[in-house]
Amino acid sequence: MAGILIDRIRKTFGAATALSEISLEIADGEFLALLGPSGCGKTTLLRIIAGLETQTSGRVVIGDRDVSALPPKDRGLAMVFQNYAVFPHMTVFENVAFGLRMQKVDEATIKREVERAAALLHIEPYLERYPAKLSGGQRQRVAVARALAVRPAVLLMDEPLSNLDALLRLEMRSELKGVLQQSGTTTIYVTHDQTEAMGLADRIAVMHGGVIEQIGAPQMIYERPATKFVGGFVGSPPMNFIRMPVEAGRAALDGFAAHCPGSGRDILCGIRPEDMRLAPGGDGLAFRVMVAEPLGSTLLLTGKVQDQLIRVAARPDAGLKAGDTITLEPETRRIVWLDPETGRALGA
Amino acid sequence: MNARRLLYITGVVALIAWIIVPIYLIALGAFSGRAGVFRWPKSLWPGDATFAAMQVFLQVEGVWKAALNSVIVAGLCMLFSVLLGAPAGYALARFSFRGQTAYRLLIVLTRAFPLAILALPLTVNFIRVGLYDTTLGVALVHTALAFPFAALVSSSLFMGIPRELEEAAWVFGCSRFQAFMKVVLPLALPGLAATAIFAFVISWNEVFAAAVLTVRERTLTAYLLTVLSESPLHFRFAGGFLLIVPSVLFIFAVRKYLFAMWGISNR
Ligand SMILES: Nc1ncnc2c1ncn2[C@@H]1O[C@H](COP(=O)(O)OP(=O)(O)OP(=O)(O)O)[C@@H](O)[C@H]1O
Ligand SMILES: [Mg+2]
Repeated sequence: MAGILIDRIRKTFGAATALSEISLEIADGEFLALLGPSGCGKTTLLRIIAGLETQTSGRVVIGDRDVSALPPKDRGLAMVFQNYAVFPHMTVFENVAFGLRMQKVDEATIKREVERAAALLHIEPYLERYPAKLSGGQRQRVAVARALAVRPAVLLMDEPLSNLDALLRLEMRSELKGVLQQSGTTTIYVTHDQTEAMGLADRIAVMHGGVIEQIGAPQMIYERPATKFVGGFVGSPPMNFIRMPVEAGRAALDGFAAHCPGSGRDILCGIRPEDMRLAPGGDGLAFRVMVAEPLGSTLLLTGKVQDQLIRVAARPDAGLKAGDTITLEPETRRIVWLDPETGRALGA
Repeated sequence: MNARRLLYITGVVALIAWIIVPIYLIALGAFSGRAGVFRWPKSLWPGDATFAAMQVFLQVEGVWKAALNSVIVAGLCMLFSVLLGAPAGYALARFSFRGQTAYRLLIVLTRAFPLAILALPLTVNFIRVGLYDTTLGVALVHTALAFPFAALVSSSLFMGIPRELEEAAWVFGCSRFQAFMKVVLPLALPGLAATAIFAFVISWNEVFAAAVLTVRERTLTAYLLTVLSESPLHFRFAGGFLLIVPSVLFIFAVRKYLFAMWGISNR
């Protein structure tokens, strides 16, 4: 009923291009995470969908209505702003009730819905307070509650959990997901925290410099990044990119060799830190450890293969330290081959 | 540290002296009777405090009518300034349009023409359209004086209210106008009240336009100007005191909002 179609949206601010031809389709009830570094145009895209910014060209369709020219109030959506935008002259209760009051809902329903949203975000103790007397994280939760209270068909959230401590964020994240799934709300969720995007979303759209680099299921984005940027941005620590010379369809470096696509003289071998086995004595890449960081669940090794910096996630009991040299065996199935010039993935 | 403190105290004392001493001297003159006005050195407190001058003065024919006129004129001026100035300020704060800087400059420039130069053409025109010698006419001129202030102050007032608050209101179902009424106005109200009060005080104290543009419908200032020039000194002090008191009381009553406006103290 309320899918979203973003059709060749462009946005320029004077000479600067914030969005260049974004096209995106979000199914009804889908949860899409918009992931990207600071300044890539995430907020701008949300604001265009909400009608707070006018696109330079392109269309926005919500449900089966072209809303491109409609004012925000007629687009039938709710939004959580990056800087909360909680009304300072209203109590938390009135803030959360704001959208319902505008819809002229009766008092009993307002009370019920406000309490439901407040309970969900653990802000019941503050309902009678003014926002000035709340912490940043509490204010942020008021902003989320205000958006959930109206039970919107489409919900836009701009980094709604950015200001919460890790524990609370984890809890809110799963509760949010549960509620939105149950109500079938079509959600666009902006974040630059990739674990959040991976955990919450049905699909992730990775943005970079005003374009969508890749869109797909979280696991897909993680395992088969379409560009070097996506591989480097998603996943922590990021994917390694090892440049290898190619001869007769085979990439080879040190004792490692594998079939590869493409026809260039060089190729980038994209491999996740956890996809390299330590193979003492075997054939593979000679890896000199420079830093060893125990992270609890893994031992993160930073070092060099020839003169290229890479990271390897080893088992915590691997017993390696700076200065050691070992042999690495990349799992060939999990390698993503990329064109070193364009940074795009090459079909196998 | 000590030197700074000394400087601070000196500054405060100087400021107080600048404002309090004249008011005090006028009050002293107003209440110390015919002889007291000329006594030297001045006593700190009029030993023979008397309301005689004040009483006589208040019974002079026309004082009450003039005072009423003053209230009407200042009230109208306050109303017009806010009703015209606030929308102008909102437009300046929220929209970027061609000639915005020029418009801003133009607003300030309205104060560049001395009233003395405008007075004659204004009088002629006011006679022609029937505004001469009416409270409305004087109120309009006073509005012209207070408007630049109202527009510029309310524009910075609106700029201080985050745009996102308005946008949030739009998203949750408000039209532009509703968002203004529900979100922007309540937040701007203290500042707007201060603006209104300034307009009131500007009008209350203005004497030149009021004197030139009226004959019978005088405001208190214009009236006193004519009456007092022929009165003994202690009457003049009584009149002066009467003029000062309302604006001082007024400003004192709303000082909270003035401070809120300048962010000195808040809530
Ligand atoms: N009103 C504006 N005028 C001019 N440039 C703007 C405006 N709004 C945004 N931009 C520019 O557009 C680009 C995208 O901004 P946007 O706010 O969408 O980034 P973002 O992805 O939300 O970043 P962040 O993660 O830091 O919030 C930035 O380069 C920014 O400088
Ligand atoms: Mg943003």
